[in-house]
Amino acid sequence: MIETKSLTKIFQVKNSQDVVAVKDLTISVAEGEVFGFLGPNGAGKTTSVRMLTSLIAPTSGAALVNGFEVGKDDQKIRRSVGILTESPGLYERLSAWKNLEIYANLYDVEDVDRQLTKYLQMLNLWSRRYDPVGSFSKGMRQKLAVARALLHEPRVLFLDEPTSGLDPEAARLVREFIEILRGQGRTIFICTHNLDEADRLCDRIGIFKTRLITIDTPKNLRQKLYGRKVVFHLRALDQAWIDPIRALPRVSEVKSVGQRLVVSLDDPETLNPQIIRILVEQGADIQFVGEIRHSLEDVYLQTIKDSEDIGVKP
Amino acid sequence: MKHIRTIINKEWAEVFKNRMVVFTMSFMPLIFTILPLVILFITSRDLGDMGGVYTTDMPVEFLSVCEKDMTSGECVQIYIVNQFLLIFLMMPVIIPVTIAAYSIVGEKTTHSLEPLLATPITTMELIVGKSLAAVLPAIMAGWVSFGVFLVALPVIGVSETVINYIAGPTWLLAVFVAGPLMAIASVNFALFVSSRVNDPRVAEQIASVLIVPILGLLFAQLAGVIVVNVFVMLIFIAGMILVDIGMVYLGVDIFQRENILTHWK
Repeated sequence: MIETKSLTKIFQVKNSQDVVAVKDLTISVAEGEVFGFLGPNGAGKTTSVRMLTSLIAPTSGAALVNGFEVGKDDQKIRRSVGILTESPGLYERLSAWKNLEIYANLYDVEDVDRQLTKYLQMLNLWSRRYDPVGSFSKGMRQKLAVARALLHEPRVLFLDEPTSGLDPEAARLVREFIEILRGQGRTIFICTHNLDEADRLCDRIGIFKTRLITIDTPKNLRQKLYGRKVVFHLRALDQAWIDPIRALPRVSEVKSVGQRLVVSLDDPETLNPQIIRILVEQGADIQFVGEIRHSLEDVYLQTIKDSEDIGVKP
Repeated sequence: MKHIRTIINKEWAEVFKNRMVVFTMSFMPLIFTILPLVILFITSRDLGDMGGVYTTDMPVEFLSVCEKDMTSGECVQIYIVNQFLLIFLMMPVIIPVTIAAYSIVGEKTTHSLEPLLATPITTMELIVGKSLAAVLPAIMAGWVSFGVFLVALPVIGVSETVINYIAGPTWLLAVFVAGPLMAIASVNFALFVSSRVNDPRVAEQIASVLIVPILGLLFAQLAGVIVVNVFVMLIFIAGMILVDIGMVYLGVDIFQRENILTHWK
């Protein structure tokens, strides 16, 4: 659905050095996939989205969106994708209905009334449809902007910071709506700073800072960076119990922390029963067993830090 | 055409919700219609005197406009009226600038330009839509003002000779052809400025320089350098057609989506 090959964008700045906003971006997002694009401010996420939605032209490289080539089929790309820009950019003096009607006509939607009714009802904006958008809360505006992006039923949707600046309730509503869209099999490309949101919504995540640093599922990203760790909470800990566990294959590290054993291992689903057996046989009282789950925030921060440490530069 | 219509509707829906803009747009036609009527009313009372203005006070070149059977009072009145002709030409230039100057830069400030440019609309459709949205009300305002002006002339006692002159080819060409052409040039210039600056106020200020050539024409006529007659008007119209064609193409060419989006802070 979205494929890029060495996509690069360089901005020429008068009387100054050129700015490399995006360098050699190569990704492939499958149909129906929810792809998270994570990166710090100024990383080039919005520039990437603008290139993929044919708003700006790449300096070099190639991209296919919905089967159309960026730079060649721009009109077709714009017709076939939906975009939620960083700022909703609504016409504040006009009503919600009028705002959507304008875009429905620009996207050549056939049954304008039906589409407007569908999305205004779906996003709980129906009762306020004739109110000027200027009187709407931030959450309502964001929902309206999401509706605007969907009027022409695009199969590919670009969402730039969809929950940015929203209160928790409004953010949850938008997230739930994205889940609905995922259920409809749409391909969704989300730029976000909200790592928890990315963790919950995205099938895969690309961590990006001018260039793609890493790309994988949230689970694999954690595993790659931290491996998998299981903690065994014991009533009392005897240091002698550690060696038999350390001797097990695919156990890389065993640490004691107070009354707990922290075991780094490859395959906890297979190894946990064995470890429990060893501990019980040696007289340990096991109170709890749990996997240590690093947050995506840890993964993100560590990845960005590593990329800076090894000198990944644009 | 559907996209152009949509842009026109959008612009009008926004503009006409703003009372201040509506007031600004209607105030000028009102003043520019009433002012000449008041002066003509005063001067029509004594065509022999004309409040101290005589044909000898007029540039000699202007006498060519006056026909032999006209009284000197009527001739002076036509001289005065001809200055108002240029004021009627100012209307389609000034009125749409308010809408057009805000048109692009306004969308930049409210961040509505990016989603708009993300739709399948072409640059030509966008520019033409925005131009027409500003031009049409200005042309209508000019025509309605002229209509009111014409209807009011006999009521305030202006002589038939003067009315016939006003309803003659020079004025009709000016109001119905030159005016709209000037409005198109004015709007496209304002749109061009609007797409290059970051502040609506700057756009309006720069775009308002368009009035300078008309003022130049006004002073040139007052000084007797030129006399606005049918011939001058036809040359002026021909020039404006060329200017308009150039402005539309230049406007579309200069409207770089990428620069507008990325250079905006």
